[in-house]
Amino acid sequence: MADQAPTKRTSPEARKKVPFRGGGFKPRPIRFVAPLVFLGLVLFWEFGSRNGIISNLVLPAPSEALSALIDLYQSGLLWAHVSASLHRLVLGWSVGTALGIVVGVLIGLSSLARSSLLPLTAAFFPIPKIALLPLFVIWFGIGEGSKVATILFGTFFPTVIATYGGVDNIERGLIRMGQSFGLSWFSILRKIILPGALPAILSGARISASIAIILLVAAEMIGAEYGIGAYVLTAGSLFATDQLIVGVAMLSILGLCVSWLIGKAEKVLLNWRG
Amino acid sequence: MQISIENLSHAYGSVPVLSDINLTFEQGEIAVIIGPSGCGKSTLLRLMGGLEEPNSGAAYIAGEVPTRCLNPLTYIFQEFALLPWRSVAGNISLVLEDHRLSKSDANAIIGDVLARTNLSEFRDALPRQLSGGMKQRVAIARALAVRPAFLLMDEPLSALDSQTRELLMDDLVDLWARERFSACYVTHNLAEAVRLGHKVIVLSRRPGQVRDVIDINMPLEERRNRSSELEGVQQQLWQMMREEALAADRELADG
Repeated sequence: MADQAPTKRTSPEARKKVPFRGGGFKPRPIRFVAPLVFLGLVLFWEFGSRNGIISNLVLPAPSEALSALIDLYQSGLLWAHVSASLHRLVLGWSVGTALGIVVGVLIGLSSLARSSLLPLTAAFFPIPKIALLPLFVIWFGIGEGSKVATILFGTFFPTVIATYGGVDNIERGLIRMGQSFGLSWFSILRKIILPGALPAILSGARISASIAIILLVAAEMIGAEYGIGAYVLTAGSLFATDQLIVGVAMLSILGLCVSWLIGKAEKVLLNWRG
Repeated sequence: MQISIENLSHAYGSVPVLSDINLTFEQGEIAVIIGPSGCGKSTLLRLMGGLEEPNSGAAYIAGEVPTRCLNPLTYIFQEFALLPWRSVAGNISLVLEDHRLSKSDANAIIGDVLARTNLSEFRDALPRQLSGGMKQRVAIARALAVRPAFLLMDEPLSALDSQTRELLMDDLVDLWARERFSACYVTHNLAEAVRLGHKVIVLSRRPGQVRDVIDINMPLEERRNRSSELEGVQQQLWQMMREEALAADRELADG
């Protein structure tokens, strides 16, 4: 074949471009699409409510929810609800996460802890913490204690699982390197194991923060005067659907803020991943 | 300082990997250990440096450990083992931090080893920004920082492409010419063995035994230009390795 030079020009019919069949399967974020979709949805909703397509009984219009929010703000109770909830969330989530990291690292490093605590974690993780709320009320009192405890237990288990998974996945070679240079046990823990498990811990934090917000409403079911959850529950039992929407929107915004904060933390703490 | 291995045998469970090894490693010399894959050469290196415990026999350090030495037996790993979250300087500082050096002393050491390995301009780079060859140079700099009496090198060039491997071999020869470091160098690459080894220890297939020890007397610095004269040695090594490698290749993994 190679010696058949010069090549004969083939007719145009016989010449065909190689069809492109690669690409795709790699979505990239497009800016402004998310807010536009959101805005479109709210506009459709408002339009539907005003034209009677969506009955007011089924779903109040966004404008009604907005005026309910303004009422809430003017009554001065908005901040009382938000601050009470934030207080419980931050306390329950941070203590639960801290304990979860400690236990997760123990399970990741010690055979005894792994054999004893891992089955316990597997047994307790699937229990809905809401079901335990009456017990928590008896154990920790009807005040803040039971509410913080519900969130704490809810965030503890997912953090344990994320952390020990992260510790398990650290390259053995890095630990062996630490040992070969005579690093102390504590140095290996602090400088190799914890930073190595940090990506897993942070993605665990994303999950546990969402669980904490879900449990917030449950925790505020019993004996809470203030709190977003309490506000939503009161609105629900009075069928004040406009207030219900306001409360749900606040929870959703809270979730967005938390996710944004964790995203920031990932950017700063995990910049080495590039 | 000398390392001697006496009557050393080791097994993983019921699989014997090394049997009755007796070897001495002299100061100022690069001893290369070659053998077919799975013959236990990396295990031998881990046993020598105390990362694993042998079933029987032992490795000994004979003679005085130099006083300036921070970590007498220091490894260089095939996969570099750099912390991805630390910069080049940070990775070197890691191995100095437990030695209670003053900040200025530690910085002086870091600056010195980076200069000796031509890495000064990469001081603040992260491992992910470096090529494989540069990563291994950082690992070498890190090993030099603790002023080792012996370098234990576990296939240090095996994760690199062949061009980078050539460059790094030249670097290692230059480094040896300047510092006369002592090393035990494990590889399966015969070209590396004849370029870098003052003596070449040939292990048999599993369970690894010392099959032969070959001395190569040509100075390291001349070997690149006189490679044709080394061809014979390399052929001799290959003849020895060939049958072992062939037999090892046909073994079942968990037999």
